[in-house]
Amino acid sequence: MDFQTRSMRLNKIRRNATNYFVSSLSVLATIAVVIPLIAILFYLVYKGASSLNLAFFTKPPAPVGEPGGGMANAIVGSGIILMLASLMGIPIGIAAGVYLAEFGRGKPFATAVRFTADVLNGVPSIVMGISIYSLIVVRQKHFSALAGGVALAIMMIPTITRTTEEMLATVPHAIREAALGLGVPKWRTVVSVSLRTASPGIITGCMLAFARVAGETAPLLFTAFGNQFWSLKLTEPIAALPLQIYVYAISPYDEWHRLAWAGSLVLIAMIMVSVTLVRIFANRGVLKGGS
Amino acid sequence: MSPILPNAPAVFPPEPALVPTDTAPSPIREFLRKRGSGRLADDSFAAVMLVCACSIFAIVLFIFGVLVLHSRPSLVAFGWKFFTRSAWDPVSGDFGALPFIFGTLATSLLALCMAVPLALGVAVFLTELCPRPLRAPISFLTELLAAIPSVVYGLWAVFVLVPLMRNPIGPFLVKSLGWTGLFSGPNFGVGLLTASIILAIMILPIISSLTRDIMTAVPNSQREAVLALGATRWEMIRIGVLRNSRIGIVGAIMLGLGRALGETMAVTMVIGNHPDIGKSLFAPANTLASVIAGEFSEATSDIYLSALIEIGLALFLVTIVVNAIARLMVWAVTRGAPARVH
Repeated sequence: MDFQTRSMRLNKIRRNATNYFVSSLSVLATIAVVIPLIAILFYLVYKGASSLNLAFFTKPPAPVGEPGGGMANAIVGSGIILMLASLMGIPIGIAAGVYLAEFGRGKPFATAVRFTADVLNGVPSIVMGISIYSLIVVRQKHFSALAGGVALAIMMIPTITRTTEEMLATVPHAIREAALGLGVPKWRTVVSVSLRTASPGIITGCMLAFARVAGETAPLLFTAFGNQFWSLKLTEPIAALPLQIYVYAISPYDEWHRLAWAGSLVLIAMIMVSVTLVRIFANRGVLKGGS
Repeated sequence: MSPILPNAPAVFPPEPALVPTDTAPSPIREFLRKRGSGRLADDSFAAVMLVCACSIFAIVLFIFGVLVLHSRPSLVAFGWKFFTRSAWDPVSGDFGALPFIFGTLATSLLALCMAVPLALGVAVFLTELCPRPLRAPISFLTELLAAIPSVVYGLWAVFVLVPLMRNPIGPFLVKSLGWTGLFSGPNFGVGLLTASIILAIMILPIISSLTRDIMTAVPNSQREAVLALGATRWEMIRIGVLRNSRIGIVGAIMLGLGRALGETMAVTMVIGNHPDIGKSLFAPANTLASVIAGEFSEATSDIYLSALIEIGLALFLVTIVVNAIARLMVWAVTRGAPARVH
């Protein structure tokens, strides 16, 4: 064959070889990512399951060195802080999202708010923690569950704002126009028509934000501070599950290590349930085929 | 009477007395206004929503203001030299944050070096090469990776990664790459390298899922055009997809960097907490975030606390800048900027 045909054949072989090589590289990369991840998950589940028992859910920590004891106060404390954070963060977040989607379309102010919310999402949680410390804890001269709730709330707000806005944007305009055309006032349209249509998506957005802050430790380090005893008061330091896991993990006691593993399994189980629910409900409820 | 409007007054504009006024509003209108149909209800609702939207700005301003206010003693005492000096002596009140800046940069860059190739490979695989039934489970798995809290990663790292670094991995690295001088010194298991590895594991899903979003935003016409010209699969990916989404991928990588800069808990548990710039990758170090987490509750003097808060302020500003640039880049690609083929 002549030179041109030969060089074309070689070129083709080279290109095909590169194709196979890079494709196999990406498959290898995926395997290199997936396999350790599954290994981590399985190890966490195994270690956590072998450390979990009923006492974990019902008893507060035992004195150091004594067996038994659990993290009941941390689970309850986490629940209280998360409830506070949700009460403060979810309404403000949804309202901000409603503003962005319904009242602010096309306005530069709304673009600025959207951008700031995205940027705020990336601020380290420890910075939120120390700013709430300086804002609330220093003024009140004690750590409190309330401060922890506020710290988590300001972490939830940007996330919920963005997801609410995106969910509201999927509501077809025709529905809003139909309601407005029937004489429904604008605020009523937003509440009863847009929000109701987008509500499954908004709820999943709130669940995502909830799952995200449920695992946050850094903001609670200097606001809620942690507590070895039962405490349900909002103006006193309170235990939280991720906080206890951190304290126990870096401690030198085996019993506490066991509790840390069990706690992390509970945390992961909760988060996995939320993520799975989000995946299942993500596309339900929003009107399909709207114009 | 005007020929056009039979009911219009004879004089135009009409004198006030001739215009029928709403002296007796209809009962229907009254009923509707009580139910919230009026201007007041709409405007007040819009105002409430606006106030809540402003809360986002308020949060940013509050954080900034409070941090600046409480780091004043340290700002006044050390000035700009705070970030160029290498001291950290709580006893004599001498503080300089250079070791932490080094620690943050070193761990983040090392983590990026490890995570970016893998993340891009996973993204390319999932968008272009993956058989359809496998796509959902693998992407779900990577999403799960992103959802695991950082303290759980830290727990795993302390009990699994650190012993691994001490035994199989550390000596292996010394044997194979010891000539570079990066692996000198004693290997405690905790240190820069371990922190970088756990950071890489944590930022991988972010970069990978964002890259996937960006790659799927490239219209299919680009891919078809390149294939029609006789490209192989990889050439199609390279020319049709990656070249068009370059900016977005850089943005995704910067978002991963932003996350790595601010990551606290997992890093605090495995970095060794030593305020010094070490020469080896095995040396214990400290990052901006981990020094705050580790020493905040033990800061006894005012100057100590305000030095730590100043570090928090620096971290805040740096992550805002990095995230802003990254978001701009990602926006540019996913907001319908026209894809260019060149």
